[in-house]
Amino acid sequence: MSYLIETRNITKRFGGLVAVNNVSFGVNPGEVVALLGDNGAGKSTLIKMISGVYPNDGGDILYNGEVVKIHTPMDALANGIETIYQDLALAENLNVYSNIFLGREKTKKRLGLFPVLDHGYMYDESVGILKKLDIKIPSLRNNVRTLSGGQRQAVAISRSIYWNAKVLIMDEPTAALGVAQQKQVLDLVNSLKGHGIAIILISHQMHDVFEVADRICVMRRGELVGNLVKKETTTEEIVSLIVGSETVQ
Amino acid sequence: MKGNLNLIIEESRTLKAIARNWAFCFLIFFIVIFSFTGKGFLSIVNFQNIIHLSVIAIFMAAAETFVIITGGIDLSVGFVMGLSSVTAGKIIQILFAAGNLSVGAILLTGSVIALVVSLIPGLISGIMIARFKVPPFIATLGMWGITNGIALKICKGFPVASLPDELTKIGNGYTIYYKEGSGISWFSLPAGIANDQIREYLRLIPISFILLFIVIFILRHILNNTTFGQHTYAIGGNEDAAIRSGINVQKHLIKIYMLSSFIAGMAGVFNVFQTGIGNFTTFGAMYELFAVAAVVIGGASLLGGKGRLLASVVGVLLIAVLENGLLISGVEPFYRYIAVGLLLILAIVIDQLFPDLF
Repeated sequence: MSYLIETRNITKRFGGLVAVNNVSFGVNPGEVVALLGDNGAGKSTLIKMISGVYPNDGGDILYNGEVVKIHTPMDALANGIETIYQDLALAENLNVYSNIFLGREKTKKRLGLFPVLDHGYMYDESVGILKKLDIKIPSLRNNVRTLSGGQRQAVAISRSIYWNAKVLIMDEPTAALGVAQQKQVLDLVNSLKGHGIAIILISHQMHDVFEVADRICVMRRGELVGNLVKKETTTEEIVSLIVGSETVQ
Repeated sequence: MKGNLNLIIEESRTLKAIARNWAFCFLIFFIVIFSFTGKGFLSIVNFQNIIHLSVIAIFMAAAETFVIITGGIDLSVGFVMGLSSVTAGKIIQILFAAGNLSVGAILLTGSVIALVVSLIPGLISGIMIARFKVPPFIATLGMWGITNGIALKICKGFPVASLPDELTKIGNGYTIYYKEGSGISWFSLPAGIANDQIREYLRLIPISFILLFIVIFILRHILNNTTFGQHTYAIGGNEDAAIRSGINVQKHLIKIYMLSSFIAGMAGVFNVFQTGIGNFTTFGAMYELFAVAAVVIGGASLLGGKGRLLASVVGVLLIAVLENGLLISGVEPFYRYIAVGLLLILAIVIDQLFPDLF
């Protein structure tokens, strides 16, 4: 089997504590894998190794079947691995298209000499990516501060996709949202599948997980204790795996 | 009530523009009022004077605008200006006394060296703030003391005098001298006219305006149209987001404090040209606080992410017009401080009431 992103026996220690112990899992293109587990189970640490925040102490990360070295967030971005954090990392005082291009602004030469921001290009490109993902935002010239939580999530996601994310890691994407906005975000996740993006979803909300995930991985005390196809499992089974009354290999 | 008001303003474009530029509206308002109350207020000569005497304050406010947008503050600008002024003055004094170089070369050397020197305090506070995470308030407060001490050491506590006359001829000169009957003369009085006859001439467009216009144009361009400006806003809005977007925030902050210091240095050099002597900054001048006040009146937030260069200029002019207008109208000068204080409070209240406008 050829995963797009894969970890093999990956391990992370913090002093004497083994935060992630020999975890192997992978995600196919166009697949949503939900990562579940109680607080402190090692989900975040696992994600942070893939996104380059923590270097791994053992094991390998494979991208497209090849071992890649991911030691910094920039390494991860270079491999098309983007992370949507809970706080979204948007500059709320800037408008939508400025956020999509933040840190990678497009400039043009004025008078053939001075580089200036190419607002027209950035605006048009942003309209294009939002249309492609079927996201509706009133005006791209509005500051992100004026958008709803779901719209902000959509902006953060479309930024990743515009910059060629192949693997999208989403940390609690629906945690702070209202019901209608949760649905928007889940619809967006479903449409990303259609674009062949591999998605790793961390969530506490069992309902979300069962709505969008194809596979569910459960972690407990740093180990992967379950890797189940959604259609073949139940909420009860997942919960018992999380709390530790059952192990499925 | 607040919600309703917000909604009404949200709906109307005109109201929104007025609320956004309330400082400018106040400026117009005060100009109209003082035109009635103060004899001689409404005249080109008086307005030219107001702006000419505000050039330094405008530079200070421009410097502070960049820093405040990143969410910082620079308390050292006033004394950096003094340091730059005495440095330029001292070098010009020494070279002028030696008498080997042409006056033009002397002035250029003194100015350039002072500008280079003025980058140093900004570099140091920038490194302290970006690398060592010293709060901007403390880092620049340190520089506030250090630059003041060094400036006083250089000039021994006295203004640096015996400088060439050409300084003030440039610094206080006008582009156009006009007298009915004898026509227009560019950049200097017609030859053979004694200095005490200068009042017979209508003097238009001080040379300082050209400098002011160029500097503000460039700084505004940097802030509004370049990647540098965009990153400045991004850092003020969400430093974490800026870091994760791959912006080198540490380097950017160092550049910001160097820019601020450099602009203060320009104010110092200009000060030498305006007064003809190298001035240290006196302790009670409080340039930095008036600059911060002007920037906040212009709609910036000390929390960062917000602020416009031209609005800060309007903030300075508002304070200057108040000062000038109250004086001409015969009001005691103490009221100036009260007026600035009230404006500052008003600025914060407006910012709190309509956070989405800016």
